Amino acid sequence: MLDNILTNIDILIGAPALALDMVVNGLLIGAVFALIAYGLALVWGVMNVKNLAQGDFVILGAYVAWSLFNWGIHPFFGIPVAFGVLWLLGGGLYLFDFENKLASNMSTGRRVLFFAGFCLIGGLLGMTIVDNGNYSVLASVPDTFFIGILIAVFFVFLVFGGIYGFVIRKVIERDLFTSLLATFGVAIVMQQSMNLIFGSDEQTVSLGMESISMLNNNVTIQPTRLVAFLCAIVLAIAVVMFMKRSRMGQAIRATSQNARAARIMGIDTEKVYAFTFSLNAAICGAAGALVAVIWEFQPFIGLIFSIRSFVVVTAAGLGNLPGVIAAGLGMGVLEQTGAFVIGTQYQQAIVVGMLVIVLLIKLVIASRKRQVIDT
Amino acid sequence: MFHYRKTIAAATLTSALIATSCTAYGASPTAGKILLGSAISLTGKYATAGHHAKTGYDFAIAKINAAGGVKIGDKTYMFEVKYYDDESTPARGGQLAERLINQDGVQYMLGPYSSGLTRAIAPVTEKYKIPMVEAEGASRSLFNKGYKYLFAVLSTSEQYLASAVALAARVAKENGKAPADVKVALAFENDPFSLDVRAGVMDDIKKHGLTVVIDDKLPRNLTDMTPTMTKIKALKPDLLVVSGHSKGAGTATRQIAEMKLSIPMVAMTHCESADLVGKYGPTADGYLCATQWAETLTYKDPIFGSASEFNTEIKKTVPAYAKKSVPYQLAQAAAAVYVFKDAFERSGSLDKDKLRDALATTDLTTFYGKVKFSDAGNNIAKPMVLRQIQGGKYNVVAPVDFASHELEWPRK
Repeated sequence: MLDNILTNIDILIGAPALALDMVVNGLLIGAVFALIAYGLALVWGVMNVKNLAQGDFVILGAYVAWSLFNWGIHPFFGIPVAFGVLWLLGGGLYLFDFENKLASNMSTGRRVLFFAGFCLIGGLLGMTIVDNGNYSVLASVPDTFFIGILIAVFFVFLVFGGIYGFVIRKVIERDLFTSLLATFGVAIVMQQSMNLIFGSDEQTVSLGMESISMLNNNVTIQPTRLVAFLCAIVLAIAVVMFMKRSRMGQAIRATSQNARAARIMGIDTEKVYAFTFSLNAAICGAAGALVAVIWEFQPFIGLIFSIRSFVVVTAAGLGNLPGVIAAGLGMGVLEQTGAFVIGTQYQQAIVVGMLVIVLLIKLVIASRKRQVIDT
Repeated sequence: MFHYRKTIAAATLTSALIATSCTAYGASPTAGKILLGSAISLTGKYATAGHHAKTGYDFAIAKINAAGGVKIGDKTYMFEVKYYDDESTPARGGQLAERLINQDGVQYMLGPYSSGLTRAIAPVTEKYKIPMVEAEGASRSLFNKGYKYLFAVLSTSEQYLASAVALAARVAKENGKAPADVKVALAFENDPFSLDVRAGVMDDIKKHGLTVVIDDKLPRNLTDMTPTMTKIKALKPDLLVVSGHSKGAGTATRQIAEMKLSIPMVAMTHCESADLVGKYGPTADGYLCATQWAETLTYKDPIFGSASEFNTEIKKTVPAYAKKSVPYQLAQAAAAVYVFKDAFERSGSLDKDKLRDALATTDLTTFYGKVKFSDAGNNIAKPMVLRQIQGGKYNVVAPVDFASHELEWPRK
């Protein structure tokens, strides 16, 4: 094995551009990991639910994007329209606003369903309008891609209204094992359902786009990864803005700091929980659509995305968004380079090994701090 | 939902054919029945392949019954089959085999899908001395345990890609290159099947004196092969051999195109089940694919006709295959039932030990290929076939005796 490692390092020294290739590609896929991990950090931090089904949510999003791709929906979807749909989404969000008199008589579960339905209708309307207008801005990127992402978001949001009502609501703020067991159960049910509905074959959304090659083909960048990276960044920024600026975002942050105090201040934490969970589902839906265009997937592959997001969140800490993004990107790079040097079969082991090291370092730092306070 | 439809379609087909057989042969009151049993993966991760196998069994049983059933002495018997869903888990497979034998009184077994499940069921059938003809477990570890009641119609996994190595050596010689100058990259999943394939490839590499430059093992949950592809960028091998079930085939194809690698020869398993042509179109052109059976082969038998007739009939009767190629998993399952019929008729009795002895002396030509068992129970009469994707079609290029097309080399 040591021989192998040395040979691999030798290859890198011979062609340093390859290292650049791995770092760039690692960063691009790392953005997707960061996005998924951010969703996990959200439910973990706010609701104290460790969602073991995170990866399966992502794969469901991937299947939604894949189904749409197969149905050949190809109206064009440009930036202005995406903006329009986001505006509609914002309208939908308003239904959730706890100060909104119009919606305050509805139960949480109904509101989740209502909201998801609203989003779906809004999205479809938006698309129909654009289809008739034939507006074209990013002609090189197939339209199905963006639509796939949007509908994946809506659909996953809808399904998770149901899961939330039946399972998650009952385990919020319970102890570690209750939430792990409950979400593990959800993961199994989801895997088998996807297997029944979509079959166990590997699927992918192949856009057939030519890669950009540089430095004598030593660095190749797939446009799908680039688009996925940009989408992940835009989504992350949107979520951060939402958390900082909107009232619901403030309520979520208040609840995560101290749920009891938030309740005393008049925040309906039930609504906050439902919303947070749905928001995470929507993030997973979007991430799933990105997964569908980058990799091959099948119903049982979700686990590795769950593991990755757990590692990222544990390493970065809850409520530390820059940390989650950095750790996600770092993990992408580490997976690529580490697997190249040590061997592809250790790709997962490298990630988990890194987690152990990070935890050890954190432990050492924490123990030092404690000593300082003691003396 | 799709699977349900497929199952229903298969069931309808079977019952329709059985109905025809009954009217055609007058449902003669003397016709007895022979009950076969099988635990097969209808749900879980092997569900797709399990359905292929079940369709093959059902189709063959319906065909054989329609052609007059099994004649033992002057009596006629009709095949019937009892299935259980093993949920793609070996432990469940073992339990269901016990149940089939002890509760349902099954005396003759058809195999499950995959080597793993076969490995779980074979000890049970061995214990009760129940002959099992299997069609979907290729691992060579099944045939070194001294099992007496296990027979497999398919070629074992170490034969899958060995011919690709010989082909690369031949091409090198034709181009005035020494085999030792042929650089080979290997990427194999870390699972029993792929490691078997690798063992066969390594034997042939040694035999022909090729040079291995990359020897990567892939994780079981593989989604990404960029580290291997990056090495290929640097070392530029002449032959890439990949085995990692359909996810390996799909991922490799995708990433070779994405990273713009030009490799003169690429060989892999599971091209058909990964649907390389459908998913990746022209980028998969020139790939060599190992297959147990191809519909263009010239074998034939009195029940199913030629390989191509079998293919056409499946496409006609099972709508699920109308638009895609008939997988070899289906063909070999049908062949397994045919082997049972042949052995029953030769043994002239329903006794399972006499049947076992008749199976051991099988020497049969089927639409699927020749069947002749070694003492260990594996089929030694049928070679693996190598097909090349040429313009979106799978054309047989090796071994030379069966080749319908010339090898295109180097691939563009």
